[in-house]
Amino acid sequence: MPKLQSAAELEKYRAEILARRDPAKPCIAVCVGAACDGMDSAAVAAAFVAEGGKLGDKIEVRTTGCHGYCEKGPNVVVTPGDICYFEVQPTDVPEIIAATLKGEVVERLVYKDPNTGAKAVHMNEVPFYKHQTRLLIGDNPKIDPMRIDDYLAVGGYAALVKALTEMTPEQVLDEVKKANLRGRGGGGFPAGSKWETTRNAPEKTKYVIVNGHEGESAAFMDRAMLTGNPHKILEGLIIGAYAIGAQKGFMYTRHDMPLLEKHVRNALAQAKEYGLLGQNILGSGFDFECELHFDVGIFVSGESSALMRSIEGNAPEPRPKYIRTSVNGIWDKPSNLNNVETWANVPQIISKGAEWFTSIGSEKSKGTKLISLSGNVVNSGVVEVPMGTPLRTLVFDIGGGVRDGKILKAIHFGGAMGGSIPADLIDSPLDFDGMSKLGAPIGAGGLLLMDEDTDMVEVARYLMDFLVNESCGKCVPCREGMQQMLHLLTNITRGEGKPGDLERLEDLIEVTGVASLCALGKTSGDPLKSMFRYFKPEYESRISGGSAGK
Amino acid sequence: MSEMTEIVLTIDGQEIKATAGMTVLQAAQKAGIYIPTLCHHEKLEAFGGCRLCMVEVEARGWTSYVVSCVYPVAKDIVVRTRSAKVDKIRKVLVEELMAHAPDAPELIRLAEEYGADRNRFERDASFCIVCGLCVRYCNEVKQKNAVGFIDNGARREISFIPEVAKDECWDCQECFTICPTSYAQAAYLLTEALAFPGQRKVPIKTTQAPEPTRRVIPIMPVAATT
Amino acid sequence: MSEQTIDGIIEKYRGQPNSLIHALVEIQHENHWLPRDVMHKVAAALQVPFAQVMQIASFYKAFSLTPKGRHEVHVCTGMTCHLRGAAKLRAKVEELTGLKDGETDADSRFTYETGACLGSCSIGPELIVDGKHYGRMTPEKIEDVLKQYE
Ligand SMILES: Cc1cc2nc3c(=O)[nH]c(=O)nc-3n(C[C@H](O)[C@H](O)[C@H](O)COP(=O)(O)O)c2cc1C
Ligand code: SF4
Ligand code: SF4
Ligand code: FES
Ligand code: FES
Ligand code: FES
Repeated sequence: MPKLQSAAELEKYRAEILARRDPAKPCIAVCVGAACDGMDSAAVAAAFVAEGGKLGDKIEVRTTGCHGYCEKGPNVVVTPGDICYFEVQPTDVPEIIAATLKGEVVERLVYKDPNTGAKAVHMNEVPFYKHQTRLLIGDNPKIDPMRIDDYLAVGGYAALVKALTEMTPEQVLDEVKKANLRGRGGGGFPAGSKWETTRNAPEKTKYVIVNGHEGESAAFMDRAMLTGNPHKILEGLIIGAYAIGAQKGFMYTRHDMPLLEKHVRNALAQAKEYGLLGQNILGSGFDFECELHFDVGIFVSGESSALMRSIEGNAPEPRPKYIRTSVNGIWDKPSNLNNVETWANVPQIISKGAEWFTSIGSEKSKGTKLISLSGNVVNSGVVEVPMGTPLRTLVFDIGGGVRDGKILKAIHFGGAMGGSIPADLIDSPLDFDGMSKLGAPIGAGGLLLMDEDTDMVEVARYLMDFLVNESCGKCVPCREGMQQMLHLLTNITRGEGKPGDLERLEDLIEVTGVASLCALGKTSGDPLKSMFRYFKPEYESRISGGSAGK
Repeated sequence: MSEMTEIVLTIDGQEIKATAGMTVLQAAQKAGIYIPTLCHHEKLEAFGGCRLCMVEVEARGWTSYVVSCVYPVAKDIVVRTRSAKVDKIRKVLVEELMAHAPDAPELIRLAEEYGADRNRFERDASFCIVCGLCVRYCNEVKQKNAVGFIDNGARREISFIPEVAKDECWDCQECFTICPTSYAQAAYLLTEALAFPGQRKVPIKTTQAPEPTRRVIPIMPVAATT
Repeated sequence: MSEQTIDGIIEKYRGQPNSLIHALVEIQHENHWLPRDVMHKVAAALQVPFAQVMQIASFYKAFSLTPKGRHEVHVCTGMTCHLRGAAKLRAKVEELTGLKDGETDADSRFTYETGACLGSCSIGPELIVDGKHYGRMTPEKIEDVLKQYE
């Protein structure tokens, strides 16, 4: 593939790709995302390739990233028609191919409502998908992440073309600011203002970074995006670099996901080959390079300053907050860090405009949010809904409620630095500020259902144990404070709680919260705080009841 | 910004002149105002680990809590080195550290000052408080790197590197004296006993003067767990 | 793995202290653990104090300072797997292998580790052997899975 020299060449090339494709030709998309892969979808894909191969050119088989409905993997989607097959085994393959060629549906493999038995064939009828707005993840079944042409075929890099040819960097920045895009990595901080700080920093060398670390337990949407549609994030990053005036970018992600690594590496190489990375991108005069970096297995390296230390090659010890990484980041150069999902939102904001974007979502939280739905839920998977959607929709309409017919006790958001709220707050809307006020900040978007059997002291103990092992250990309030909270919680779960333990915990939460160096320590007491707010009697009775309690 | 830019700030009600680039701790010390520290050492880069030097800072109507050994002075900020909240922070931090080193003289003094209860939290077997003075001193001042940090989170500890310690430590021992808990010496001796018993390199004695006796704090046993 | 490969990796980064993590990652990847003498070589070549190499190597969970068994058995203890019964899987693996978290058996067959979520929560609880995921695991199925690894 020769380098694309201009926007016009890219559009011509896109037209050629589309002209070569016959929309009527059946295409079978097999998910090889993290969950489906764990159910050996690779064998399913191999069977499709082998069987399909026998037919010459009649059908196309595509392996893709996560479709969303991970609970029912291995997932297969057949186009045209977006026919969804669930829990597909290699032995089902000949039947699916035969039916597809005849324009029929394999009834026994489509969705069946567990209560009514009603069937749903097409994606937009399946309850799990029906209530979603899949602006970001929706392309996943259409894209083989190893093929940049698939991304171009769904309109990829058109936003980059628009930014480079029709807009000044200031206009791009302005659009993102107007869109009120808020960071999806946990803080909900407005991306536009952060970009502007880095842009305005006097130092000429600037960096942009994708935070794809996703170290939070039971959060898996960022890797679903990065593995399934790496070019979307890259496109957002290049646009951001253009707006900010950065010459170099870093993608920081997990070392323990071989497929993710393969897809991102390949995406970077292809983008370079096509002239979307490197010198004089599409003849615009804008130069930008991007490097891939890996974590080495510790949660705290997702924190912004620790992440940057890690890219420099140092141990990921956080730095104090008032050294702003947007001004003094990697090698002390201005560095703008955003979450995978934040970057993924950028292309559509540029293509469709801030006005369109702000028409989706709640008053102060715009756009959609990816949610990793798991725990004691019937339908676990990656979900995308407009901000402001009531939790009830997520939990019941999409999630199908609690497993094994049990009753919902609590909803937990934000992993080890988040919080739990009781089931009776289920009508609260999904909103950055609203959820923070309730004590269960959305965080990166990990949502866990906990059923009636859940022991809330044990949940707090479990989360604390995670943090004790994942912190850096540099500062006393975090290292010692969390260790002591863990001791106390462990004792209480064992029925060995003592009078005064709750006061000890409260003092530790308070001091760890103000005195810790980074947000890991500062927010480590948050789950416990939410428990004291909503589930305190459970703690009290465990302590006063001793081992007989609960 | 020139190096000599003068900055006026308020610490505990006093107007203090400092120069840009100074930390709040340095400004306070210059004015004779005491702020407790554990991981700070004037010869070393600021570390900001123990958090004992936290103070209350009011700037543009906002109150925040910052570690004075790292926080740079800024124009017109109002610093309070003690307040109910600051004292509470220090009390709990000292209580946490006393779970390791209940008999360290510095901690005992601080416990008295802030009303800390040495038995408030569960005792831990290691009496190192991971202030990092030994590690940083050996790295920054001695440039020997005979002792380093290992592990992360609650398991973080210091560890002598036998390959280096064998040749360097007995001739130096300087970190033994700056260690607030005497753990540095204990850790060295343990490393020696396990990794190179009887093989330490001792300083070559000169004929003129006897070897100066070094101040070495006797190793304190960890008090029985409550 | 050959000493040559390790030396090759070290050579690539000679004189580049900033590449310490990269060098260690590559060696870990090739050799599955970081022998002490190799870390000394890395320290010398990259001009980094050995103490710092130790700090990094012991800081991250991805590095191993002891040799690993032929097969790495991993039970996810992430939040969802935990809620969906990871503790029972752990107990069963521990019973079958006689190993505790982080240990390797005497004949170097298995290294057993528990660890953080790998993002396949929807099929939790899960067991992972040499990177292959076994989703929707039950204690009863574990023996058959482990049998496949000699
Ligand atoms: C301990 C810790 C872990 C974090 N891990 C992540 C992570 O895995 N991914 C992420 O995007 N942000 C993570 N963050 C938040 C980042 O520090 C940072 O705020 C974020 O990447 C900024 O991107 P955003 O503004 O687009 O959200 C973490 C923060 C802390 C304190
Ligand atoms: S708060 Fe915890 S993770 Fe953050 S610097 Fe302190 S010890 Fe390290
Ligand atoms: S040995 Fe002493 S100086 Fe070194 S970290 Fe521990 S307490 Fe601090
Ligand atoms: S991994 Fe296949 S649907 Fe999520
Ligand atoms: S003296 Fe400031 S943090 Fe230790
Ligand atoms: S919790 Fe086990 S894979 Fe996520």
